[in-house]
Amino acid sequence: MTRYVLNRLGQSLLLLVGVSIIGFALMHLAPGGPLAVYTLNPTVTALDIERVKHQFGLDQPVYVQYFKWAGGLATGNWGYSFFGGRPVASIVIERFPATLELMGSSLALALIIGVAIGIVAAVRRNSWIDYATTTAAMLSLSLPTFWFGLLAIYLFAQTLGWFPAGGIASTGGGGFADRLRHLVLPMLVLAFVLVAQWSRYTRSAMLDILDQDFMRTARAKGLSPARILVGYGLRAALVPLVTLAGLQLPLLVGGALVTETVFSWPGMGLLFVNALGTRDYPVLMAILMVGAVVVVLGNLLADVVAALIDPRIKLAHG
Amino acid sequence: MASLLDVRNLSVSFGRNPAVDGVSFTLAERETLGLVGESGCGKSTTALALMRLTHHARIEGEARFGERDLMRLDDGAMRRVRGSEIAMIFQDPGTALHPLIRVGEQVADVMRAQLGISAAEARARALELFRKVGIAAPEQRLRAYPHELSGGMCQRVMIAAAIACSPRLLLADEPTTALDVTVQAQILELIREVSSEAGMSVILITHDLGVVAGMTDRVAVMYAGRIVETAATDRLFAQPMHPYSRGLLGAVPKLDGGWDEELTTIPGTVQGAALQGGCRFAPRCPLAGDMCRRDPPLEEIAEGHFVACWKAR
Amino acid sequence: MADVLLAEIAAVAPSGRAHVLRRFLRHRLAVLGLIVVAILGCAAAGAPWLAPYEPDEVAITQRYSPPFSEGRFLGADDLGRDVLSRLMYAGRISLSVGISAMLVTLVVGFLVGAFAAYLGGWVDTILMRLTDVMLCFPSVFLLLFVAAFVTPSLASIALMIGLTCWMEIARIVHAQILALKSADFIAAARMAGAPAWRIVLRQILPNTLAPILVAATLNTANAILLESYISFLGYGIQPPEASWGNMLTNAQSDFQVDPWLAVFPGLAITLAVASFNFIGDGLRDALDPRVRD
Repeated sequence: MTRYVLNRLGQSLLLLVGVSIIGFALMHLAPGGPLAVYTLNPTVTALDIERVKHQFGLDQPVYVQYFKWAGGLATGNWGYSFFGGRPVASIVIERFPATLELMGSSLALALIIGVAIGIVAAVRRNSWIDYATTTAAMLSLSLPTFWFGLLAIYLFAQTLGWFPAGGIASTGGGGFADRLRHLVLPMLVLAFVLVAQWSRYTRSAMLDILDQDFMRTARAKGLSPARILVGYGLRAALVPLVTLAGLQLPLLVGGALVTETVFSWPGMGLLFVNALGTRDYPVLMAILMVGAVVVVLGNLLADVVAALIDPRIKLAHG
Repeated sequence: MASLLDVRNLSVSFGRNPAVDGVSFTLAERETLGLVGESGCGKSTTALALMRLTHHARIEGEARFGERDLMRLDDGAMRRVRGSEIAMIFQDPGTALHPLIRVGEQVADVMRAQLGISAAEARARALELFRKVGIAAPEQRLRAYPHELSGGMCQRVMIAAAIACSPRLLLADEPTTALDVTVQAQILELIREVSSEAGMSVILITHDLGVVAGMTDRVAVMYAGRIVETAATDRLFAQPMHPYSRGLLGAVPKLDGGWDEELTTIPGTVQGAALQGGCRFAPRCPLAGDMCRRDPPLEEIAEGHFVACWKAR
Repeated sequence: MADVLLAEIAAVAPSGRAHVLRRFLRHRLAVLGLIVVAILGCAAAGAPWLAPYEPDEVAITQRYSPPFSEGRFLGADDLGRDVLSRLMYAGRISLSVGISAMLVTLVVGFLVGAFAAYLGGWVDTILMRLTDVMLCFPSVFLLLFVAAFVTPSLASIALMIGLTCWMEIARIVHAQILALKSADFIAAARMAGAPAWRIVLRQILPNTLAPILVAATLNTANAILLESYISFLGYGIQPPEASWGNMLTNAQSDFQVDPWLAVFPGLAITLAVASFNFIGDGLRDALDPRVRD
């Protein structure tokens, strides 16, 4: 098992290196490079630009810059915001909990509901319930999340007044109940798409499993339907589901960005969109990299959990 | 002596054509019955139907087990019968066991479900069962996963789970087909041991007559969803009356035959057997005649010896 | 000589298109999706002739007219422009971007996957590692990042979306070709002396078509969603040119005045995306060899 984990860890590190190279390339391939914002400003002279270049270390050879930048990334020195000058690391990290709150709660809710729906659809294959849920899932996946969010705000916040229209808490701070009220709409909107995806994944995984021999053995033993479905069926489905969870991470992070934008939820996604407006490179790069790192680590975690559930995995991949 | 199992006119259909068509037989206590036939003749389906494990099949007929008709039981009652009064083991032990659950647990769970005992008690009994079925180093093996065990060991685990609740009837569906030849004999011997020790009846389903020879008291030969001959094992091997049984026995190479002795084969295949009326075997039968256009009923021609053939009188 | 041989080899390749078509047609939702896409496509393509008004024809006196008033089927927006006409013209943009982006993903994905699989060795390793790395970036982040620094036009947006979404196709193609590489008819083509590019184009491409087709339709759906999102944020199609996404840019404030303005473009997007998704699903089931009839 340790060998497997180390192997996966090594592959993840390689991925992270690749990710940093691509990130660096993006930063420097963008028109105008990292100093675009300065070159557009007419009052900035050529000498000023040279000075800033030297200050940011941009007059050194590319690979030196890369190592300095990558090194900085790894040690937590993510540069300073172009606007305001605050260290990027603190700006981003202080936004992290809000994003985590949104993503975490949506994922949890979506898993519970989505997996349950998927199991029902699989067990009652080709019944009206199956067709209804499958079609509904398809439609949900086709809804633009931002539009759905806007509709939700219009309906539940502005018209019905049940929930606040945005933000994470009322001004002046709020208690637990207040924060909960603010969480409900964005969480439901983000979870909506996730539920659709998870019900589809679960249905398809369960369909594969329900036909397997060991399910027949379980029935032949006269076990209770609950134990057969969950203890035997879902357990076997867990491995592909866990792997899928890892693969779905980029979509989850992207979906969180969209939801935060619409609900003015003060997380990293909203920060990203705001930084876009001001072309604040360092912040943008940092969040892009954080997103990628979350995906890599998430997949690593998923692989390890999968190997814990299914001991055959580490034999195949050593 | 009252029979343990009395099957009458059991029919199982998926779609239009029946896979099992009017099968009747009885099974006494402590008796081992062999159910023999080619692939596709309906022998496995018969067993699955008895356990009510067929999906989306239309089942007719009755199967009296003790006092009750298995076909009329409601789902809850049937569930209580499975595993505790009638148990079944399957052909490929590698896939029949859950790959992600430790084998000890797979034996313990049926006991917890059917006997209502505690987890600790079930574990202790599972250990005993592992010993009884001849699994070496049972303490370690309890915690093993199926992929860590050989085919023979997996089948022993299956047998342990099957006898865990001391069922009165064991259905063994081709239990040795997927195993190495050397292991086959061991498993068959194990089944014989545990069944005689527990006074359990067994229905042994196989296409291999060699398996049947040493193991069974009586044999029922199936063809195209019907039983064509039933007799005590010795008698069937000595005096097969149905042309199909004769063909099957003729196809088995004999120890005292020469090296270049040709094996007799039965020409044709089972396909399309049900599509014409009359005796199903007629298209392939060397003795077929005009009267075979009418379906011969299964009739007793000698004590305990039933045949479905006009020519066998 | 090699030509004749290759032609004979091509004849061996699996067929059965009529069968697949029949299975597809049994999927009512997929057929419905196809019809809807066809309708949307015709409305979009025929916009210059079919639209009742010019998309930028301003009529301030009729600002925010609700649907079915003032002779406008879907009402008018904040500048009095006809919503239906704008939707049709926006459809041209959004659908074109979606399809062009899909074509980009197909070309890039196929090239990467095919050459990685066919050439093997370090080329394979590097290309597939690149694919893995690109998959780590959430595409919305990547897309926005690039979109902010590039002057947006229909072509550039399609290109950008394409360059952030090719990875899945690359993987599919890679897996398919690895499986085919050991197939006999490919070995025969090689022995007949056909060059690599020709084998890839004439022999490999037709056989990997099925999953690629499915991925292509699903990609189109995704591309339309992505375009709508970045246009909504202002980094995509720029006004006054309309796309379904940028018609929603002011939706939040529109809701106060005229909720319908925010509803129709969203519905259009959902309709288009859902249709492509249903078609993709139907194709997947029709082409899946495991599904029993």
